Amino acid sequence: MSSNGKIVPSTLSVKDLPWQIMWHKDRCTLCGRCTAVCPVNAIELGVHRRRVVETTMGLTEAPSNVFGVYYGIRQKTDPAYACVGCGMCNLVCPNEAIMPLRSDEIDKLRFHVNRGGQPRRRGGRRNVPGGILDRIKFIRISMLTDPALDAGRHEFELRTLLGRVLPPEQNLKLLHDEGWIPPVREIYPLVIGAMSFGALSPNMWEGLQMGVAYLNEELGMPVRMCTGEGGCPPRLLRSRFIKYVILQIASGYFGWDEIIHAIPDMKEDPCAIEIKYGQGAKPGDGGLLMWHKVNNLIAAIRGVPPGVSLPSPPTHQTKYSIEEAVAKMIQSMYMAWGFRVPVYPKISGTTTATSVLNNLTRNPYAAAMAIDGEDGGTGAAYNVSMDHMGHPTASNIRDCYLNLVKLGKQNEIPLFAGGGTGKQGNLAANAAALIMLGASGVQTGKYIMQAAAGCLGSESDRCNICNIGLCPKGITSQDPRLYRRLDPEKVAERLVDVYLAFDTELRKILAPLGRSTSLPIGMSDALGIDDKAAADRLQIRYVV
Amino acid sequence: MCRLIAVTSEELQSPMLAIRALDAMREGHDGSGVGLFLTDLGGPFEELKGAPILSGIFTAKGIKRLDDFMMELGFMTKYKLSIKVPRTSAPGIPKRDVYLIRAYEYPEAWEGVDEAEIQDRLMLIRLQLRQMGEENEDMIVFSFWPDVIMLKEIGDPLTVAEHLQLDREELRARIIMAQGRQNTNYAINLYACHPFFIQGVATMTNGENTAFVPIREYLMGRGFPGYMGYQSDSEVFTHILHFMLNRLGLGIEAYKHVITPLQDGDLEHHPDGRFLKHLKHSCRKLIIDGPNCVIGCLPDKTLFMVQDRKKLRPGVAGGRPGLYALSSEMCGLDAAVPDRDKSKDFQPMHLDTAIVHKDRKEVTICRQTERLSLPH
Repeated sequence: MSSNGKIVPSTLSVKDLPWQIMWHKDRCTLCGRCTAVCPVNAIELGVHRRRVVETTMGLTEAPSNVFGVYYGIRQKTDPAYACVGCGMCNLVCPNEAIMPLRSDEIDKLRFHVNRGGQPRRRGGRRNVPGGILDRIKFIRISMLTDPALDAGRHEFELRTLLGRVLPPEQNLKLLHDEGWIPPVREIYPLVIGAMSFGALSPNMWEGLQMGVAYLNEELGMPVRMCTGEGGCPPRLLRSRFIKYVILQIASGYFGWDEIIHAIPDMKEDPCAIEIKYGQGAKPGDGGLLMWHKVNNLIAAIRGVPPGVSLPSPPTHQTKYSIEEAVAKMIQSMYMAWGFRVPVYPKISGTTTATSVLNNLTRNPYAAAMAIDGEDGGTGAAYNVSMDHMGHPTASNIRDCYLNLVKLGKQNEIPLFAGGGTGKQGNLAANAAALIMLGASGVQTGKYIMQAAAGCLGSESDRCNICNIGLCPKGITSQDPRLYRRLDPEKVAERLVDVYLAFDTELRKILAPLGRSTSLPIGMSDALGIDDKAAADRLQIRYVV
Repeated sequence: MCRLIAVTSEELQSPMLAIRALDAMREGHDGSGVGLFLTDLGGPFEELKGAPILSGIFTAKGIKRLDDFMMELGFMTKYKLSIKVPRTSAPGIPKRDVYLIRAYEYPEAWEGVDEAEIQDRLMLIRLQLRQMGEENEDMIVFSFWPDVIMLKEIGDPLTVAEHLQLDREELRARIIMAQGRQNTNYAINLYACHPFFIQGVATMTNGENTAFVPIREYLMGRGFPGYMGYQSDSEVFTHILHFMLNRLGLGIEAYKHVITPLQDGDLEHHPDGRFLKHLKHSCRKLIIDGPNCVIGCLPDKTLFMVQDRKKLRPGVAGGRPGLYALSSEMCGLDAAVPDRDKSKDFQPMHLDTAIVHKDRKEVTICRQTERLSLPH
């Protein structure tokens, strides 16, 4: 604009945006790949003015100006088209001529992303780097009297239980009397957390399922994956691979018509049923699949019309008294599969987690409790929910475990921890810390998206457009033009790599602690942290 | 690493047999303590079978408090063996007032009380005495049980035994367990000294149990008052065994299935696979980890030895009919039973439980992959 031009409050400059496009004119071939690939159309062909002053030698000719134009890239400053920093332009550029750079100060865009009175919604993560999990160290190293084990050569039993485990006296008595004993699954302690068919693209889902099947059937690792609230493709429901799947039911009940109808045709029982009461990314708020992603396929699986947003209610609609409704729902789900499938609730991290847990301890059917902490990721949520709502996982898990210890029920209701595990790349260390704080297992979603599919999200508000179906990697998009970029076979391969590497790292943590015969759930004497307050809070050792 | 020896003999034996075996293994203990467990007693205690025997260390004041307390409960002293402590102290052994071994007559009011109730009451009295002793530091109580004598002291085993003149007629027994201590993580505390005892069950261990903390938390949550103490990580072995025998009604051959269960592949092919899977799941918190050789004695006077899942510790069982020994080292076995057929010595591996029954006829080996004799 000209210096005396008209501006409006939301008129921003490139400098005001969180991501600024750095473009090198001398390297650009004007191929146009970057503008074509940009998921939010943040850049366009720019026609730039150029003026060259030509001064000649001597006095005969007067100096002159040559006005001209050149072509290149222009970054849009309209908030609706602000660069999201995904860096796809850089990925496709043949000459490394273009790259988004993070602004050196807090952007002004954040004050203007609520046009039309609609607050910012996005996908992704909390965008807060760091966390307590990365600060926990494993300090009880076996030396001399109990020599450290060999992570590569000793046998390890890295398995956990999902299901209500009865006290031994009762279990053996029921076994003897042929009474009903709650189903218990022996699974790998790292579960692929709930990411729905709908939130994820078909290629991503297929890749994960193939990887999970390979891990189970070829490598003997009982890895399980939760569907999230979006149903399950009918062929998978009717295949033997359903036993590797944890079906999730949430307040929108999406996809459950299809699932219920498939029950008579099921060759195997699913691993478990997860009832979602809350999730870490948007605690106390329902699931959200925005209309951009509800195409015909998704609509068919979920049993809804295409092209409409699908916000699930924050709570299950059948609730009269919560305890009663939870108990009834758990029981109904048990009944659907003839009491052969464990059913457990997942809640958001909250100060009331111990109250929920206490209720579950008195419910003989509750098979586990999953807690999703504030660092949980999502396909879509209000920014305010992601950034400001929720409870960290570590202290929640610890409180719940110690509560179970007090009740003497620490082996009866397994706790599963989710939300931010591995968010800085330290998946095995974070998972081991949570297990030693008291979790029976760990759920992770974001790490899998990053490591198995190359998600571009980071803890600095990069990309985070999973909600509108424009995922440039094709992970969370329902647009075939985008998701065909993702090869399911390669996703499966990467998933296997991730699990094998995790397994080795977990052994490398447990072996020096002298643990191999069973998963060290609640082995808090192995943990230390260099923060007195955190050590006291978690009841672990303070070390400096 | 501690040294362990357990002897079971048809003939009465002096505790010195075990002490000399510990001395043969002296390279492995640092003289920081010795623990003795005697059962199937001879001498004066043989005639007192059924009368509970209190073993412990008392100060002069402690004895007085003990007498008041026991009188109050209605216990009458039936027989006592006070070990007179020599005036001159021995190097490394603390000066004590009285080492007490005293058999009591049950209070009259206990007549007609059923066996299980008596067992619980005896344990509660021991715990109460222990608590009283800890408050005033005037009593240390090791056991209060019929046909059981225990003695623990800081110092080199042989020096302690000579100092206390343990080679005496009144202290003969058919089963003797002894441990020479290698002090590790914990401060020297006689309650951390093996063997550990609860209601007729005694075990001793070497090595360190790395799963100690979660196991301790689980045992303490069982609502059983005897599951306490845990000054040593090895005490959980005794309590797990007690839990399994008393609460689950299982035999010794199931012990390995609780503390070091088979992996899934083996369970699938096991004739009792279904039972064992349930046992493994529901007793998951009792799975031990770490290098451990456990030697123990059951209420029916059976001796056994088991190893951790990786068999990271030595341990050998051998002997001849009438006299068998379980030892953490071969030289300990040689010292205890030199005239045996060594070709029949057996070193239990990761799946084995070596058992010597009260008849002392042979070492029975029970492998985890074999069928269990389960109660019907």
